[in-house]
Amino acid sequence: MSYPTDRKYTKEHEWITADGTIGITTHAQDSLGDIVFVELPKVGTDITVGKPFGTVESVKAVSDLFAPVSGTVTAVNEALATAPEQVNKDAHAAWMVKIKVKDPLEMNALLSASDYDKFVSEEAGH
Amino acid sequence: MSVVEATPVIRKTALNAVHRQMGAKMVEFNGWDMPVEYPAAIGCGIVAEHMAVRTGVGIFDVSHMGDIRLAGREALAAVQHISMNDASRLAIGQAQYSALLYPQGTFVDDVIVHRLGEDEYLLVINAGTREKDFNWVRDNTRQFDCKVEHLSDNFTQIAIQGPKAVDVLQKLTDADLSAVKFYWVTRGTVCGLKNILMGRTGYTAEDGFEIYIPPDEETSARVWYEILAAGKEFGAVPCGLGARNTLRLEGKLPLYGHEISDTINVWEAGLDRFCKMEKPDFLGRAALEKAKAEGVKRTLVGLEMVDRGIARDGYKILDEGGSEIGYVTSGSPAPFLKKNIALAYVPPELSAIGATVKVEIRGQAVKAQVVPTPFYKRPKKA
Repeated sequence: MSYPTDRKYTKEHEWITADGTIGITTHAQDSLGDIVFVELPKVGTDITVGKPFGTVESVKAVSDLFAPVSGTVTAVNEALATAPEQVNKDAHAAWMVKIKVKDPLEMNALLSASDYDKFVSEEAGH
Repeated sequence: MSVVEATPVIRKTALNAVHRQMGAKMVEFNGWDMPVEYPAAIGCGIVAEHMAVRTGVGIFDVSHMGDIRLAGREALAAVQHISMNDASRLAIGQAQYSALLYPQGTFVDDVIVHRLGEDEYLLVINAGTREKDFNWVRDNTRQFDCKVEHLSDNFTQIAIQGPKAVDVLQKLTDADLSAVKFYWVTRGTVCGLKNILMGRTGYTAEDGFEIYIPPDEETSARVWYEILAAGKEFGAVPCGLGARNTLRLEGKLPLYGHEISDTINVWEAGLDRFCKMEKPDFLGRAALEKAKAEGVKRTLVGLEMVDRGIARDGYKILDEGGSEIGYVTSGSPAPFLKKNIALAYVPPELSAIGATVKVEIRGQAVKAQVVPTPFYKRPKKA
């Protein structure tokens, strides 16, 4: 699996672009299975690096969304409220929220596409 | 001093390699390494598997289920003593839903009792309670002239479920399945294997069969693939424990450790119609009589979420004032009904159809309503 190189990744399986758009990875949606519910914060909410900011539910499981970096929510993908399956169809296009990144330097701590790919393979292999 | 803990042994069914080969997502369930769902790439996933069973046919490996055989002159008396339903009503070849109870009227397990012969019964029990159940049955039937055998490892058990299940299995057997009524069994040749037990039973609230074949890997895999091939024209897919759970939940079929347990009694669980108080004395009867006179303090109800949110196992039920009054035993999106449903224990005064309660979901009180159950009932055949 090759992951888009236009963004960074977390070990909790989120991605974030340079302009602060956040979603979950293809690997994450595959592990979750059929996604039926996405709960996201309101515009204006401050989110904190490493802390949960929302929830994704599949038929069988509930998973927290963790903030890749700190920032303030500027937009929410409202379409996911009625069509959460879009995340299964194209996880790298079905974004969750956009944030105004508080400290761009926090992005440096995140994984590159190839490092994330390696991380996922290692996780699967253990 | 150090405490040495025994390494838990994860058990595998004879079809384990097949599941892995098919790309199933595997999980540990009651000490078993089992498929939870098969990949989307082969038309699977919990929702697709669930829908296949409701509209066509799905195939499940249920070899983790246990089997106990009771045979001998006093087999009926033994079964009557340890189970709550009336096994004397069973004709040879007939099966019934029942339960093993502790003296306090709570559940050792729920079981399907099959009468296989004049003095021969087969109890099909849950995976997580196999050893406990066998010990319980053995210890509580010592006074009867009846042999008790643990046959759990003697079979690979495959469930073929859905409105097209009968058509699929009929292609593979010489037995006339149209003559087998729901909750009856027959024997016949299946995939060339002689004298195979086939029960018209299941855990999906759908028509279907469960077959008991030899437990070696080669035979198990061959039969598995032959069933899938025979089912291809009906859209058959392999199904995992994920769909098994959502299917049984729509049908309000209890799951041990959730709707029933060693702290929940028969009346609370609403299984009255499977408990025959008028039959000769049985374990748990005296306590149940007392419990009935006292009245229940909680009762199992079906809930449908009114507001946005999914109730999950263990979530709290709150009253309008926000006080905790019960809990969710099983909760999930219902793929066929396309609603978020749950089973929950609540006080009897809030159990009427239409009553509203709140489910605590991540700190929020989300509105739900008591609805008739089962949530799903299969359409009667014309």
